[in-house]
Amino acid sequence: MDLLTTTAQKSSFAVKTAITVNGSLHELEIEPWTSLLDLLRERLQLTGSKKGCDHGQCGACTVLVDGVRVNSCLCLAVMHDGADVTTIEGLGSETNLSPMQQSFVDHDAYQCGYCTPGQICSAVGMLHEGHAKTEDDIREQLSGNVCRCGAYPNIVAAVKHLMASGQEGTR
Amino acid sequence: MNNFEYVHADGLESAATFMAGHAEAKFIGGGTNLVDLMKYNVEKPTALVDLNRLSLREVEEMPDGGVRIGALVTNSDVAYHSLISARYPLLSRAILAGASAQLRNKATTGGNLLQRTRCVYFYDTAVPCNKREPGTGCPAKEGVNRSLAILGTSVACIATHPSDMCVALAALGATVQVTGSKGDRSIPFAEFHRLPGDQPEIDTTLQHGEVVTSVDLPAIGFAGHSAYVKVRDRQSYAFALISVAAGLELTDGLITQAGVALGGVAHKPWRNAQLEQELLIGKPANRDTWHIFQQALLAGAHGFGENDFKLKLAPVTVVRALEQAAHEGAQA
Ligand SMILES: Cc1cc2nc3c(=O)[nH]c(=O)nc-3n(C[C@H](O)[C@H](O)[C@H](O)COP(=O)(O)OP(=O)(O)OC[C@H]3O[C@@H](n4cnc5c(N)ncnc54)[C@H](O)[C@@H]3O)c2cc1C
Ligand code: SF4
Ligand code: FES
Ligand code: FES
Repeated sequence: MDLLTTTAQKSSFAVKTAITVNGSLHELEIEPWTSLLDLLRERLQLTGSKKGCDHGQCGACTVLVDGVRVNSCLCLAVMHDGADVTTIEGLGSETNLSPMQQSFVDHDAYQCGYCTPGQICSAVGMLHEGHAKTEDDIREQLSGNVCRCGAYPNIVAAVKHLMASGQEGTR
Repeated sequence: MNNFEYVHADGLESAATFMAGHAEAKFIGGGTNLVDLMKYNVEKPTALVDLNRLSLREVEEMPDGGVRIGALVTNSDVAYHSLISARYPLLSRAILAGASAQLRNKATTGGNLLQRTRCVYFYDTAVPCNKREPGTGCPAKEGVNRSLAILGTSVACIATHPSDMCVALAALGATVQVTGSKGDRSIPFAEFHRLPGDQPEIDTTLQHGEVVTSVDLPAIGFAGHSAYVKVRDRQSYAFALISVAAGLELTDGLITQAGVALGGVAHKPWRNAQLEQELLIGKPANRDTWHIFQQALLAGAHGFGENDFKLKLAPVTVVRALEQAAHEGAQA
């Protein structure tokens, strides 16, 4: 049973919100206290984005909102009326990986994989921002993504490879 | 998180009217502090007024030579804005030393000013805390206080203001522009945040319902000689234990203008403009000057156990920041 929908029907606080996720428009009634992360995972069944801490401390929930990387756990979904959200599922699929996803595979840039969707969305956002020039810059600007397996050296290698190729990581 | 109503502010007047009728309502900017605190039930607003449709997103030059930063400009957009990085590198560096890229992309200028302390007791509704629940006590004084204040503390509270951006704004001598049902006000940065005294639940001099509309920077940005030194437990994505923002203008080795502020030591960015006048202006830019100034600026500092190390760390950080500002120019 979809708990969120059930309570939403009862709630007088719910707000009409139109939100595009990975190219599909969703017109929803959302309770104001629903985070963007919970909307994605619980209601839209997009479980690629992970809930590591739910408090902005780990980066596992990183998605792109209008191309900008943010922590979806600290975003209220109702504040994203009209927004265009891209999650890991929107970057590529198992049979058609985006360049950043492929680079993570090629560089063995994950162990358990829990932080990986956030790492990849964050890295794509970082290349789009265009402020990272060196390996140290990559480390600093990806510091908002914690990897408890410690796959950092290979994550940096994967991102550096793509940065050097001049690609942005999306298709 | 409690249930709450969500509304958009479509204008500053309607926002003020709504707030006047809702004592427990709060504004929301990026939400990176407020949503976090709501998840812990520390903040329990009955309504959120979303400011994001207001046109407060410009960074613009002012007739007086200064720069106005709209309250909704994100921390990232401020830090990387060409006017800011060229003329106020101190501010760019302080912002980029804080939080993570994702958080800076979301956090707004207004919200950063009004973020609340990271004192662990403040975050834990199972324990007393005078800031969260006035009159319940302050367990931090004899407890976990490693990150807390050494200056300007009160019997009631020893919390620190956690912002990096605000330390640079204090050193620059910014002005906070606000508007509310009683009209517009300009608040000098030194008067925006307050010391805890016997009302630690009040962080700033902003009144309920007043919106921060912009932060205005003065014409002098210390672009030639400034430094932001942040000491923390890890090199990135950690709050400051101590930070120092220092800006100088020098002529023939003598100091003609100065702004020095500390973070991580008090309930507000710690600056003393009078001491700068007396002990820095007209003096040679050397270690003797920094040492005399540091001693006066930190006079009366005292620790609470875990944070005693700050009594040694603060003086050397002030000296290092001033030395860097004088000799290395705009370096972090
Ligand atoms: C894991 C983590 C690490 C962090 N590390 C750092 C760090 O190292 N250094 C640092 O400086 N910060 C750090 N931060 C804090 C971050 O900088 C703040 O959360 C952010 O600046 C708050 O801005 P916001 O727009 O998201 O505020 P919001 O959460 O939207 O609002 C905060 C407060 O400001 C009020 N408000 C917002 N805008 C206005 C306005 N225009 N007028 C009146 N009131 C307003 C709201 O009502 C609320 O009370 C960290 C945060 C997290 C979660
Ligand atoms: S220092 Fe301030 S915020 Fe921390 S427990 Fe004491 S009263 Fe609360
Ligand atoms: S789940 Fe959002 S930052 Fe950890
Ligand atoms: S791969 Fe396991 S947390 Fe990063």
